[in-house]
Amino acid sequence: MSWSDVLTGAIEQGIGPSAIIYCLAAIGLNIHFGYTGLLNFGQAAFMMVGGYAVGALIQDQGWPLFPSIVIGLLAAVVLALILGVPTLRLRADYLAIATIASAEAIRQVLGSASLKDQFGGQDGRYGFVDGMRSLNFVPSGGVHFLGLDFRSYDFFIMIVGWSLALILCGFVYLLMRSPWGRVLKSIREDEDAVRSLGKNVYSYKMQALVLGGVIGAMAGIMSGLATSNVAPSDFATDTTFFTYTVLLIGGAARVFGPVAGALIFWFFISGLDLFFDKMTSGSNPAIPASIMTDDQASLMRLIFLGLILMLIMIYRPQGIFGDRRELAIDAH
Amino acid sequence: MRRRIAVLLSIMVCSLAAGLLAPAMADSNSIDVNGTLADTRTTPAKPVPGVAISIEEGGAVIGKAVSGADGNFSITLPGAPIDLLGKTITVKLDKDTLPKGADLRDPKKTSYKVLIKTDANIRIGYAIGPAVDNSVPIFTQIGQSGINGIFLGLLLALAALGLSLVFGTTGLTNFAHGELITFGALAAFFFQDQLSWAFFPAAIAAVVLSGAFGLANDRLLWKPLRGKGTGLIAMMIVSIGLSIFLRNIYQYFFGADNHQYTGVQAGKLWNLGSIGISPKSFYIAIVCVVVLVAVSLAVQKTRLGKATRAVSDNPALAASSGIDVDRVITTIWIVGGALAGMSGIMWGLTNGFDYQVGNKILLLVFAAVTLGGLGTIWGTMVGSIIVGLLVEMSSIILPSELKYVTALVVLVLILLVRPQGLLGRAVRVG
Repeated sequence: MSWSDVLTGAIEQGIGPSAIIYCLAAIGLNIHFGYTGLLNFGQAAFMMVGGYAVGALIQDQGWPLFPSIVIGLLAAVVLALILGVPTLRLRADYLAIATIASAEAIRQVLGSASLKDQFGGQDGRYGFVDGMRSLNFVPSGGVHFLGLDFRSYDFFIMIVGWSLALILCGFVYLLMRSPWGRVLKSIREDEDAVRSLGKNVYSYKMQALVLGGVIGAMAGIMSGLATSNVAPSDFATDTTFFTYTVLLIGGAARVFGPVAGALIFWFFISGLDLFFDKMTSGSNPAIPASIMTDDQASLMRLIFLGLILMLIMIYRPQGIFGDRRELAIDAH
Repeated sequence: MRRRIAVLLSIMVCSLAAGLLAPAMADSNSIDVNGTLADTRTTPAKPVPGVAISIEEGGAVIGKAVSGADGNFSITLPGAPIDLLGKTITVKLDKDTLPKGADLRDPKKTSYKVLIKTDANIRIGYAIGPAVDNSVPIFTQIGQSGINGIFLGLLLALAALGLSLVFGTTGLTNFAHGELITFGALAAFFFQDQLSWAFFPAAIAAVVLSGAFGLANDRLLWKPLRGKGTGLIAMMIVSIGLSIFLRNIYQYFFGADNHQYTGVQAGKLWNLGSIGISPKSFYIAIVCVVVLVAVSLAVQKTRLGKATRAVSDNPALAASSGIDVDRVITTIWIVGGALAGMSGIMWGLTNGFDYQVGNKILLLVFAAVTLGGLGTIWGTMVGSIIVGLLVEMSSIILPSELKYVTALVVLVLILLVRPQGLLGRAVRVG
């Protein structure tokens, strides 16, 4: 593997299916956290119910693709309502703990051996993408340009996913310019002031939670369709944290923040992975095995991810493209 | 001479070919389900003849057999192997045909579901012997889970105190607290594994080191951030970054394996009636109680303890009445780090540990702290015991894989009715 392979590999990942999944999840999270100031640490749960609804309905019940997707999105609405009732009244730190706990509870229940017949235990659901594959119009040889190589189905997912992401960005842009969006932003700035204007803050927060949750479910569904598998390990607490990292890199409360964040995040993460993989592989690796083995090399990207999240939050909390004045985290 | 060798060779080749061909031919034509029924009450096990076995597929019986004098049974599945692939068959044993006095070891296990994946023959084993009575009286179950729950609760209390103290004094919800717990477990392991120390010196050194690690956390990260005036939510997200960073550093140096401490006797189980108590858990619980009582007394009686409560109550007022807030916070981080490290070692003693042991129990710790009321010391202890009991008691009713879920669900429900926690003051949290 040459250095140019490291670069092209990183670019492929930077615009590939994984980036799309986190981009969509972060668009949803942007509505929660960026615009409304809700510290939702349970975004992975919204992704999970979406992905699992589609996976289980198609694999177990033999449903067609589109009705399953509709049910998956409705599942996210239901989850938002159930999750929102007890937690939306809470202060930010309590909300964070409550949502992270709920998400983990949901993950453990859906992944339990007791529900193996319905949801497949730790293996999850798999092989439910025939409906999606039949829509694939990309030539079966795959797509190759500028030294980049994409398999046919992956490229199809990328076209669908990035189109969806752009449509959602446009939607968020219009929403946040509307009076409704301005109420959300003012809830983020000063809840009590909004209350004093006679607005039902609780109801607005709930609507924001539902909307962002549905977009989160879209991310989960895309994840299932892209990898042909949904498993409990895809929706662990760290998934939510990575989504936060994506959002914060790009800039919270910015329409294109999630898109920029996802591109940069995945480019860097895969670049680091390939870089350290190259440095430690071969018979005479550049970094000797006594310092770093190839097992250890695979950890470097997560070590850097933790560092990046800390540094961004400390030195540039508005992210790369954000506006410091529009930031929930300084309001408290 | 040469002819004899040739004959010998040809015989060998023939027998080899036959040996290779025979099973292959059998396999390509059909799939057999076979097995041996043996009564394990005697040694050597005695074959059990005359037991009826049947095979069903999709509700219809597709094969039957009765075990022979040697205890063997064999049923050939109808149809070519290629058609059988992917089908699920159910092998059933008729318990009424078992000889008098014999039963299955697991009386409920009379049928097996088998998914046919290859064209190889399928072997089924039934364990015949005295029926084992697995049902435990409900009072024993409650007693046993109660004891286990209290042990777990005490461990959680130790782990949670540091988190609660830090929250009380600085307002930081520290998602990297799990890594403080792991640090203690790994430090003790390092002293044992690399320096070959005995367990007790290793554990004591690790607790001291954990305190220093807590201090380092504050000095290198949290104190500068407080000085910068970083918001609490921003700090919470920084703590998430720190958690991911440290966890992977741990894995970098200690690998992903599960570790155990050496040189600690598990001891023989004590029996209190029908309830079993492991001496190791008992001594750990005693140490927990002693430490918890000592910390509570210190917080109630000593000058520093009173200062801590004052800072928790109102940092600005505490500072203006001459309390050195910075010194209080420094002490809290040292004590909190040491307590967390100690809980990590004890958790490792009972359950083993790996690079993410603290992260795995972090949500339970959060549940305990929130349940009792964030930042209150008594609340944290009460909350921990309740969470411990809930986790262990829930497995009486629910499958044990879901035992952590109970604690998390109760956490959310408590927030619904009493957001400030059980013992928290009714301040506005929403």
